[in-house]
Amino acid sequence: MKRNQVISAIIAVVFIILPLVVTSDYYRHLAILALMWVVIGGSWNLLAGYTGQISFGHAIFFGTGAYTAGILADKLGTSAWLGMALGGFTAVLAGLVIGFICFRLRGPYFALATIAAGEICRLIAVNWESLTNGMVGVLLIQTFRSKLPYYYVALALAAASLLVFNLVMKSKWGFYFVSIREDQDAAESLGINAALYKNLSLAISAFFTGTAGAFYMNYMAFIDPEVVFSLPYISIMAILVAIIGGVATIWGPAVGALIMVGIQETFRSAIFGLAPKWVSQSHALVFGLMVIFVILYLANGVVGDWPKIKRLVVRSR
Amino acid sequence: MTVFFQTLVSGILIGGIYALIGMGMTLIMGVMGIINLAHGQLMMVAMYITFVAYTFFHLDPYLSLFVAMPCLFFLGVAIQKFLLNPLMEVETIIPQNQVLMTVGIAIVLTEIARFIFSSTYRSVTTSYTGKVFFLGGISFNVAMTVAFLFAVTLTIVLFWFLLKTDLGRSIRATAQDKEAAILMGVNSRRITIITYGLGAALVASAGSLLIPIFYLFPDIGRPFTTKAFVITILGGMGSTVGAIFGGLTLGIAESMGATYIGMSYKEMVGLIIFLLVLIFLPGGLKRLTKV
Amino acid sequence: MVGASMAFFEAQEIGKTFGGLKALSDVSFTVNQGEIFGLIGPNGAGKTTIFNLINHYYPLTSGDILFKGKSIKGMKTYQICHLGIGRTFQVVKPLKRLTVLENVMASAFCRVNTFKEARELALDTLEFCNLMSEKEKPAKSLPIAGRKRLEITRALATQPELLLLDETAAGLNPAELDEAIELILKMRDKGVTIIIIEHLMKVIMTISDRIHCINYGRTIAEGTPAEVANNPEVIEAYLGESYA
Repeated sequence: MKRNQVISAIIAVVFIILPLVVTSDYYRHLAILALMWVVIGGSWNLLAGYTGQISFGHAIFFGTGAYTAGILADKLGTSAWLGMALGGFTAVLAGLVIGFICFRLRGPYFALATIAAGEICRLIAVNWESLTNGMVGVLLIQTFRSKLPYYYVALALAAASLLVFNLVMKSKWGFYFVSIREDQDAAESLGINAALYKNLSLAISAFFTGTAGAFYMNYMAFIDPEVVFSLPYISIMAILVAIIGGVATIWGPAVGALIMVGIQETFRSAIFGLAPKWVSQSHALVFGLMVIFVILYLANGVVGDWPKIKRLVVRSR
Repeated sequence: MTVFFQTLVSGILIGGIYALIGMGMTLIMGVMGIINLAHGQLMMVAMYITFVAYTFFHLDPYLSLFVAMPCLFFLGVAIQKFLLNPLMEVETIIPQNQVLMTVGIAIVLTEIARFIFSSTYRSVTTSYTGKVFFLGGISFNVAMTVAFLFAVTLTIVLFWFLLKTDLGRSIRATAQDKEAAILMGVNSRRITIITYGLGAALVASAGSLLIPIFYLFPDIGRPFTTKAFVITILGGMGSTVGAIFGGLTLGIAESMGATYIGMSYKEMVGLIIFLLVLIFLPGGLKRLTKV
Repeated sequence: MVGASMAFFEAQEIGKTFGGLKALSDVSFTVNQGEIFGLIGPNGAGKTTIFNLINHYYPLTSGDILFKGKSIKGMKTYQICHLGIGRTFQVVKPLKRLTVLENVMASAFCRVNTFKEARELALDTLEFCNLMSEKEKPAKSLPIAGRKRLEITRALATQPELLLLDETAAGLNPAELDEAIELILKMRDKGVTIIIIEHLMKVIMTISDRIHCINYGRTIAEGTPAEVANNPEVIEAYLGESYA
């Protein structure tokens, strides 16, 4: 118990000092994205890894949050930071609708329904032009020129999400989530209101993903439907972040976020400009190959498969 | 009224090809119990094969059907053998990793196509492209009609295969009850491999048939994956006859939606039907709700 | 309060139809507080269906079920558990990746809210059921006897007044069987009313106060173990016509 707290504190301090040491905007930008993915990966993990409801549609919540902030600022002229405060709640509303529809189905069929729901959201955002500007997207003016404030907002969000996930999983709710994952029928016969707790898990997950989406709107200052409602680059990325780090572990998705953003950026920048330019054009291909590789060889993630990785490294020496 | 019948006819024609796409996915769904989210992307690969055959060897798209189908059959076999079947042994908390794998395959196929052919729109212009003939005041697109007739023929061949051959019967047996089929001596691994190959070949035929009608670009696979997904669910997961109905329903609904609601909502129609089925017709999907 | 005339548990002409097929029709019985009530019948007679109806795994087609004088018809499975009716499954359903202790804690949360209380209640129940030595093991690593015992422990941790036991003795060796019987009697002595489905005549005849026998979804006999054992219809159902 004590030891974990000390480690958490050390990690927190490192991340607080980090941007003061690293002054390059480029690396600060990467750190901000990684922290955002810590939140999204962890959210997906709460619903899928712990509660067993595999979502292929987390872009729904990310996009809803992003558009809440964007539309409020664009159409009503409010601060996009107000949008960030509200983005989580609109995502929860979206989540309750999704839950109402998709929780009628179990297992793989739930996963499929979330894919369809995600595609519908993307198409609504594309076609409802009076509200969303359609494919043109929503453009804002950034509040800050420096990356530093955004970094600390992202860090606070990541820390808050980890804290909440940790508290939830140590409580009665956490026990109930895991029980539902293991056997929904048994869980109900033990007095667990599965419908309620699945929706609770979904609501928490949607809240943090939506807040992350609203943060993204603030930070990037531009969104369009193909970016924030993307099946591969949001919904699947969320899954990948959690899996590569370690599903159903608190720290797994956080580690996964750092790894995924790192790998993606390495290829996007053509190995930091060292490789020929075509490498940077292949970053989407690399993403696809990563999906295949991770599922085949790292299905339990770096945290979950750590003994296996250690064995491989030791043997190869 | 003519507008209505015109819309209906276009809907049925495209619906026939949708059925072909849906049946491939349905077969895979039935035997493996997974949705193949790379289905449209397999079709995209077949379309590029047809495109290359036409551009460099001047092979008519309807002839390259017989090139694209075997090519995709073997691609499908390789995917199932080396990427999907190994996952059966991996124990994880996430049981849907086969579906996730098909998403990875979809991305890789799309990006490889982009790498080779770039994102440029391509098309194959044949002597019959854009030609129409009239029957009772309603126009029939020649390429579309030929494609529909091919689709009907292939469907009949597929049904003959499933109903009359030993291999076809083994596939149906595995789809109905995997455990029992294994006990009866069916090699389920071999069946899954052949089924995925067959599903890929079927969608390949749809690709070759559609190329005189559609523009070709790497991302064309995704909307077709969505369509195949909707058809499979409308048709009641794993039912080949259902896929035909699902395909026709989707074709007609899209066509009607485009005429009476607006072109831009065409893609959404299928997904909305899908959700309506989910909410208001749980009976139609009842056997799915208790896994 | 439970009046003198009011039965503790009562099934009133309950019936269940699956797509036109009658699995159960007009079965009625009452269970008194503190007794062990046996439910027997050949395979497929509808015994587990009765349990599934009581805890609303699926809804009643006809009839009504009263618990302490109140109808529980239409209540959700989890509400019935909160009301004080626990159950075990014939095909055990452990929460596989959780430890034995965690399994029991998950069900203890039915009565308490904090982690600490749940742990205490779970440990007490494990102690009572003699499963303390296994508490840190993952549930999936237990042998069948352990899983059956865990199933009972878990149900007991929800502190039921009425416990439905579905073939908890099946697949056990003679030593394990004696332990199971001992545990069931111990629970009864603690004040838990028990309805038990069992195939092994040795078990059901020795522990039941009364037995209800069904065949093809209908009641064929009810009475003390001795009465039921000598009922010609019961003998016929179990051994075939020639023995009647």
